[in-house]
Amino acid sequence: MSTGLKALRGSAAIAGVATFGCGEKPGFTDMELLARSAHAAVADAGLTMRDIDGLCTASASAAMWALPVVEYLGLNPRYIDGTMLGGSSFIAHLLPAMHAIRSGQCSAVLICYGSAQRSAAFGRREIVAARRFLDPQPYEHPYEPMLPVSAYALAASRHMHEFGTTREQLADVAVAARAWAGLNPEAFMREPLTREEVLGARMVSDPLSVRDCCLVTDGAGACVLVSAERARDLPKKPVYVLGNATAVWNRQISSMADLTVTAASQSGREAFAMAGLAPKDIDVVQLYDAFTINTLLFLEDLGFCPKGEAGRFVADGAIAPGGKLPVNTNGGGLSCVHPGMYGIFALIEAVRQLRGECGERQVKNAHIAIAHGNGGMLSSQASAILGTAETL
Amino acid sequence: MQTTSDGVTGVQAFHQGELDAGRLLVQRCGECSRHVYYPRETCPHCGSTALEWTAPSGLGSVHAVTTVRRKPADGGDLNVSLVDLDEGVRLMSRVDNLAPEAVRIGQRVKARVQVKDGRGLVLFDAIDGAAA
Ligand SMILES: [Zn+2]
Repeated sequence: MSTGLKALRGSAAIAGVATFGCGEKPGFTDMELLARSAHAAVADAGLTMRDIDGLCTASASAAMWALPVVEYLGLNPRYIDGTMLGGSSFIAHLLPAMHAIRSGQCSAVLICYGSAQRSAAFGRREIVAARRFLDPQPYEHPYEPMLPVSAYALAASRHMHEFGTTREQLADVAVAARAWAGLNPEAFMREPLTREEVLGARMVSDPLSVRDCCLVTDGAGACVLVSAERARDLPKKPVYVLGNATAVWNRQISSMADLTVTAASQSGREAFAMAGLAPKDIDVVQLYDAFTINTLLFLEDLGFCPKGEAGRFVADGAIAPGGKLPVNTNGGGLSCVHPGMYGIFALIEAVRQLRGECGERQVKNAHIAIAHGNGGMLSSQASAILGTAETL
Repeated sequence: MQTTSDGVTGVQAFHQGELDAGRLLVQRCGECSRHVYYPRETCPHCGSTALEWTAPSGLGSVHAVTTVRRKPADGGDLNVSLVDLDEGVRLMSRVDNLAPEAVRIGQRVKARVQVKDGRGLVLFDAIDGAAA
């Protein structure tokens, strides 16, 4: 870890956050959802759109997405990041934006995302079909895996084989997420869920049932990042970025060297090093739970338990409300919101927990959080460690 | 067997042409000696361009497995496996001679090229009695 990165620790803070249209929001386009959340996040920061001179955004369908966002919002950014790493993108956008703020290139960066995946007429099926031509994987597509779920199912099969992880333990991840969702008015699915219901649900790609898979929702989220000095003069309690790192090891699942070890083991290690913290210091954990196996893999790879132990770690409500480690306190991608790329929602929930804005689901004395994003087929991993002023 | 595709086509088209003729080839790096799959222009292990084509034994083991659940109208349930060839490369494929839910991790398998409508595809058959 270079001293340069350690010097960036706490140099920038998230001063505003907002979500919009989480769940079902028919009649809105991706851009309209994005714009509503962006405006609300900028207002939450005590700023106006004229203050925004940096933009980070990405879309699963438009390759040049930053361009229409600049145009639509009427921005004139001096810093633009449209890096598309899948669902981890918005967490991966933090560190470059911190460099841009630190150098003086820009002063207020808007990170924003919107997707009408659930309600849009041009849906996921069409996008998947188009992507086969635009982004071909000729060594996987002929075998007709149902992507992304089959890729995660293959990883789950290997984790079960190597470590004795069970479908019951995977189900406990979904049950815990739903219990948190029950405490979150914004969550899309809130009625209680049992282990038996997960196990008995329709199988999609063995060993994963439909309840092991994330929601398909609409939704938008946005954050505003400013320098630590500026954040202190803004209305909301600043949430400082203490560490951030991104790692990519593969694109397709068949190229993953070890299906039970993700690049989160690298991004997590580097983010913790930048923050000068360890997993034991974390009060609240937000993981990209597109599938139940993700939560197990990331608990292990980020160091919350030894490799192979996450199934036993999550059993019996350990990550549910009242358990030993609060994980995915908004209900996660499994029960709260998942419009295609979930990362920004993990980030926003971490900020809300550190601000103490979470009502019934609030984790007491939460000062340090980790928000972890995943993208592709366990391909890209980005970890962010956030803290309140007490942690600087 | 060793042959090259230098300058004629990219490695993807060359490999597919061999499959269409019923032959599975993988690459082996002349610098670091490791096998490479899927076909590439440079060795992902050492960066060398000294990749040569070689015929693998075709023997391997199932590394990971899933059953894709589909309606009968969509073709019914389908096995998708990751197979480790004994040469040390992994590929996505299907174990074709077992029911999808009967495919197990560790199952010994042998590659076969299926040519359908002139297009070759690597499939695997379980080797009887060799299940791990
Ligand atoms: Zn090599």
